[in-house]
Amino acid sequence: MNNLLVADSVSKHYGSFRALNDVSIAVPKGSIFGLLGPNGAGKTTLIRIVNQITMPDTGRVFLDGENLRPEHIKNIGYLPEERGLYKSMKVGEQALYLAQLKGMTKQDARKRLNYWFDKLDIGDWWNKKIQELSKGQAQKIQFIVTVLHRPKLLIFDEPFSGFDPINANLIKDEILQLREDGATVIFSTHRMESVEELCDHIALIHKSNKVLDGKLTDIKRQHKTNTFEVGLQTDTIDSVTNAIKEKFKVLPATFKNLNDDVKLNIKLDAHDNPNDLLRFLTSKAEVHHFVEVIPSANDIFIQTVKNN
Amino acid sequence: MNHLPLITKREYLNKVRNKSFIIMTFLSPLIMVALVAVVVYLSQLNNDKERHISVLDETGMLSDIFEDKDQTTYSILTGTSLEIAKELVESKEEFGLLHIQKSDESENVVSNISFYTNDSPSIGMISGLERKIEKKLSDIKLKNDGVDISMIKAAETNITIMQETFSGEKTSKLDGYLKLGFGGAAGYLLFMFIIIYGNMIMRSIIEEKTSRIIEVIISSVKPIQLMLGKIIGTSLAGITQFTIWVVLGSVLMLVMTTIFGISLSELQTPQQEIVNQAMQNPDVANEMQRAVQSFLNLPLINLVVAFLFFFVGGFLLYSSLYAAVGAAVDNETDTQQFMMPIIMPLILAVYVGIFTVIDDPHGTVSTVFSFIPFTSPVVMLMRIPFGVPLWQQILSFVILAGTFVFTVWFAAKIYRVGILMYGKKPSYKELYKWIKY
Repeated sequence: MNNLLVADSVSKHYGSFRALNDVSIAVPKGSIFGLLGPNGAGKTTLIRIVNQITMPDTGRVFLDGENLRPEHIKNIGYLPEERGLYKSMKVGEQALYLAQLKGMTKQDARKRLNYWFDKLDIGDWWNKKIQELSKGQAQKIQFIVTVLHRPKLLIFDEPFSGFDPINANLIKDEILQLREDGATVIFSTHRMESVEELCDHIALIHKSNKVLDGKLTDIKRQHKTNTFEVGLQTDTIDSVTNAIKEKFKVLPATFKNLNDDVKLNIKLDAHDNPNDLLRFLTSKAEVHHFVEVIPSANDIFIQTVKNN
Repeated sequence: MNHLPLITKREYLNKVRNKSFIIMTFLSPLIMVALVAVVVYLSQLNNDKERHISVLDETGMLSDIFEDKDQTTYSILTGTSLEIAKELVESKEEFGLLHIQKSDESENVVSNISFYTNDSPSIGMISGLERKIEKKLSDIKLKNDGVDISMIKAAETNITIMQETFSGEKTSKLDGYLKLGFGGAAGYLLFMFIIIYGNMIMRSIIEEKTSRIIEVIISSVKPIQLMLGKIIGTSLAGITQFTIWVVLGSVLMLVMTTIFGISLSELQTPQQEIVNQAMQNPDVANEMQRAVQSFLNLPLINLVVAFLFFFVGGFLLYSSLYAAVGAAVDNETDTQQFMMPIIMPLILAVYVGIFTVIDDPHGTVSTVFSFIPFTSPVVMLMRIPFGVPLWQQILSFVILAGTFVFTVWFAAKIYRVGILMYGKKPSYKELYKWIKY
């Protein structure tokens, strides 16, 4: 069994509103799985179903090959987008309480908490109340509480919001470390740069339907447009440009490079070979820049959402 | 996984450690006692006001009934006209002038009695004067008709009807009051408890929603466990607070009466005199004995057990509704429209309890209301001191328990959906939809 979490044809209605329509996803073990989609697409509903906060109308969810059961909650760590802790409760007490709700013993929880508090260097917060902490500090506590019980599956909904760049980086490293240690991560975000950076699989949900999923590299391969960024150096800019335009589809390009006289995006047809293009270019001018344009997650997201 | 004890413990500790809760717990009895002290003091102050009343008695027959008493003094004017007397009293700034006009007809001693004052005399004072004069006039008339007043005094009798059941248990009127007192106190206690701590549960759920921790908690425990934990934890905190109030309140009252004992007993002089007289009177002593007897005759065990059952049942029933309201809304101001349907049956119960149980504890109205689950805890608690057949009590409790299970289910439905809903205030129609989710 290579998939830690499988959702099979999951549908959910709220009254007459269809929140999820026959959505299936498979999250491979040890992956960081990006769950993407515009606002209101149904991501949170899916996450809540995985967390057994709501039940699907139809469809089934499997964790590690087993039908999802209430006991599985101790294998899942969930950081919701709407963060919150009891404001008037002390940090340590609260963390212990939440850890016990996840099925840890008090002793075990205390040991793990000491480890994390040392690691993030926040040992002196133990007796502070949440309301005395800043938003970012409270987020750190919430992160610790989410991962404390060493869940197999971690679900992070916008984990970096509210963190400054330094702390965001710290948390990112921790997430990567948790993956190293064997956890599988579902990662829901609108920040495409962190998707590029972290995710190896993604699923895109739009208007309650899954419209795209798979390995990020595969998806990029599917979405590439056979476009090449070209930077040339020549004395006869106009004639070279015109010669290229006669033979290929050309778009303006804006990449950074040193003193290129000609900057172009050249789109090839499916049957064209990039070598032919390169040969053509070398015959006309000095080639300083020749890169295939790989679609960013951001481009794919926008394009897919628009097309649907 | 059963997290109920854990949640209950957290709820309880969180409540009792809360600063405002601690302050209220210890301050409320102080405030209450202080309030009583202030009222006592003020009423004393009010009584201290000296009043001087002049009496112009044209008949000359009533003068001897006006004796100086407490802060009221009288002076009898003679040989002046009303006009002069009025001027005199007004210029001396006395409290008032009582004018008793003589009647021309021989059988009516007086024709007109007026009280002139710029102040506003209390109703009590005026009726006191009226009683004094009425009594004297009756005596005078009786005397004129040749009746010996001492014979009438001797013929006056006071009776008490002795009540006894066929099995020989002696009861009395006092017994009825005692029963009413017990039942009323129990019912009212429950009413207050529901209002105070039901609100507390509601607020704590709203707080959980606004602090947005709910989603984290709900991913670990079932909503119904969370709701029950909150209800039980808050109830325990409530019982703690209530107990401290009762203990602290009685201690403070005791301290108050010992420290200010003199002033309080002064105030109670008339009543105490009556009590003292009563103690000497063998009839009243019997009455006291009977009161003790009738207290012992109360179905005490039944009372205590039923109190526990109906108190807990009634509180859980209402608190689950409060919990549902808390889950349905985002902030306290939005609770108003949902509070009405909760408060109404509660108030109805208290009114039914007060008006019909006094009249006839086993009448149709009170019996019916002691079976309707939303009113039964209060009404049944009021009825039980009067002796309710066991089958009725059990049936009523079973109905209550059944309804409780239903309301918890209902509240849990609303709770489950409501705690994750933010933003708009739901309508009843939407709540209905939530139940079907």
